[in-house]
Amino acid sequence: MAKNMEIEQKTEVNSRPKVKSRLRTHKKKKAIWAYIFLAPQIIIFFVFSLYPIIMSYVYSFYNWTGIGPLDEFVGFENYAQLLSQPRFWNSALVSIYYIVGTTVLGVGVALILAIILNDQKLKGKGLYRTIYFLPVVTTTAIVGIIMGSIFGINGFVNQLLLTFNIVDRPIPWLTNGPLAIIILIVIGSWKGLGINMIYWLAGLQSIPNELYESAQLDGAGFWRTLRHITLPLLKPIAAVIILLSLVSGINAFDLVKTLTGGGPNFATETMDLFIYNFAFSAQLGGGQVRMGYASAAGVLLGLFTFVISMVFGAASFTKEIAKIRGDKKKKGGVKA
Amino acid sequence: MISTKSARLIVHVFLIALGIVWIYPFVWMVFSSLKSNKEFLISGTSLIPEDPQWENYANAWTTANFQGYFINTVIFTVATVIIVIVLSSLTGYALGRIDFPGRKTIMIIVVAIMFIPKGYTIIPLFKLVNQLGLADSIVGIIVAESSGAHVLFILMFASFFANLPNSIEEAAEIDGAGFLTVFTRVMLPLSMPIVATTAIMQFIWTWSSFLVPLVLTINKPELRTLAVGMQNFVQTYSVDFSGMAAGATISLIPVMIIFIIMQRYFIEGVAGAVKS
Repeated sequence: MAKNMEIEQKTEVNSRPKVKSRLRTHKKKKAIWAYIFLAPQIIIFFVFSLYPIIMSYVYSFYNWTGIGPLDEFVGFENYAQLLSQPRFWNSALVSIYYIVGTTVLGVGVALILAIILNDQKLKGKGLYRTIYFLPVVTTTAIVGIIMGSIFGINGFVNQLLLTFNIVDRPIPWLTNGPLAIIILIVIGSWKGLGINMIYWLAGLQSIPNELYESAQLDGAGFWRTLRHITLPLLKPIAAVIILLSLVSGINAFDLVKTLTGGGPNFATETMDLFIYNFAFSAQLGGGQVRMGYASAAGVLLGLFTFVISMVFGAASFTKEIAKIRGDKKKKGGVKA
Repeated sequence: MISTKSARLIVHVFLIALGIVWIYPFVWMVFSSLKSNKEFLISGTSLIPEDPQWENYANAWTTANFQGYFINTVIFTVATVIIVIVLSSLTGYALGRIDFPGRKTIMIIVVAIMFIPKGYTIIPLFKLVNQLGLADSIVGIIVAESSGAHVLFILMFASFFANLPNSIEEAAEIDGAGFLTVFTRVMLPLSMPIVATTAIMQFIWTWSSFLVPLVLTINKPELRTLAVGMQNFVQTYSVDFSGMAAGATISLIPVMIIFIIMQRYFIEGVAGAVKS
């Protein structure tokens, strides 16, 4: 190929139409390379992402234990059964509590910390940032087990409260349904706060310094600057941060499975744990493994996620795509 | 913004107090791992072990097989990181650098699949890995873990490659470099910061991955990773609290150290995710 190109180069240098056609073959060659480069990702995507997504819809119309052939088509019966099962509705409710709770607490506190840490003159802000971010990188499934011990009936928190006579008997943090949901939310927020804080800091750093300087010249204090400059300018990024937090709250599986296991008596069972229990645990799935039923619940969870993403993400996403395209056109690197 | 001295002091006191609460669970974990089980139960709130029990680590490592879990986790994580870097750099280069028919469509699909939850695809994925005969090896878990489209990384590579000046490529081509040479010798080395960010982020995610290895090792205890093995440990030795703390320390410390060393790349990646 290289030889061919050399010859082409020598003979076609001075003739315009031929230069054009050479450019065209060059472009074509590049396009072929593009497809070769894309092929592995596309094949893997089709086999390991798209196929499972499609099959999870297919399974949901069958009564199927996961063993043997798919032969008992039941139409929408799995869905009908799900919608009439209180345990399913409870899991949806627990998921919503968790999603909303971790978003309000995690995103809110993260904003306060980000505003404090964005102060250029603050000493040690790098260290603070590392500390608050540390839980993000730790394995949730392990943290769940550690926290299970810390919040256990004889765990550290109760020992502490008893030592200081704040309570006179241990609090059943994880064995009382509503209390356990609150603990899940607190730990989930603690775990994810660092990432929200970095998101907010990225947003804060995109606010031009001149705005703060002129606000200072005008005699605006900390709170007025915050209210009239910082917060309004953070609005666009706030939508993205809230969306990311909501979506990540849908996947509470690692924490719930290891911290409460969904107990006591399914009181903290989130939707993704509900699906897991029916798909992989005969004991917790009501006697036998029901992959078809679990798939139906999975489809509903997928639709639920989709609706949340659409509602919160539509506006910010269309803007973003437009921006990406605009950037590329300006740079002229790739003509889209 | 905050000017007076006393206000600054209050801010620092608040940040330090919060910081202590923040990492106390990990401090508690490390100290508990050095207590005996008896001391763990009766020591109440006191942190420092009277007589450090280093053999808790030896027990966790050999008896409870954290050695095996650790090796599995390292293989699983490193292999996944490499696969993800290869896939996303190739895809990102094609999308960001080359103008080819269908590029726009692929770009839109890449963004659209961002919000499809992986949770329920685990059932077909589990079946698929079994059907492909990968159920008995760590390969199955690696393939399943690295399978999704890594949208964030693809977009990071795409925008990086798109923003490089055309002259770099032209110069290399004039020197007679073909398409592949340009990519492997010129472009990929230039994108090292993106490679580093991808590596560190994917490392931390895969090290902590739970659902995929949990489901795929349901009947294969010998293939379990640390996150899954820990779960198993708690079920088997429910009263061995200090052993649990030792196992947890073994599982968490490597990823924490790597984060602290490489945090610049990680935090840049996270910040870039929301900005771009």
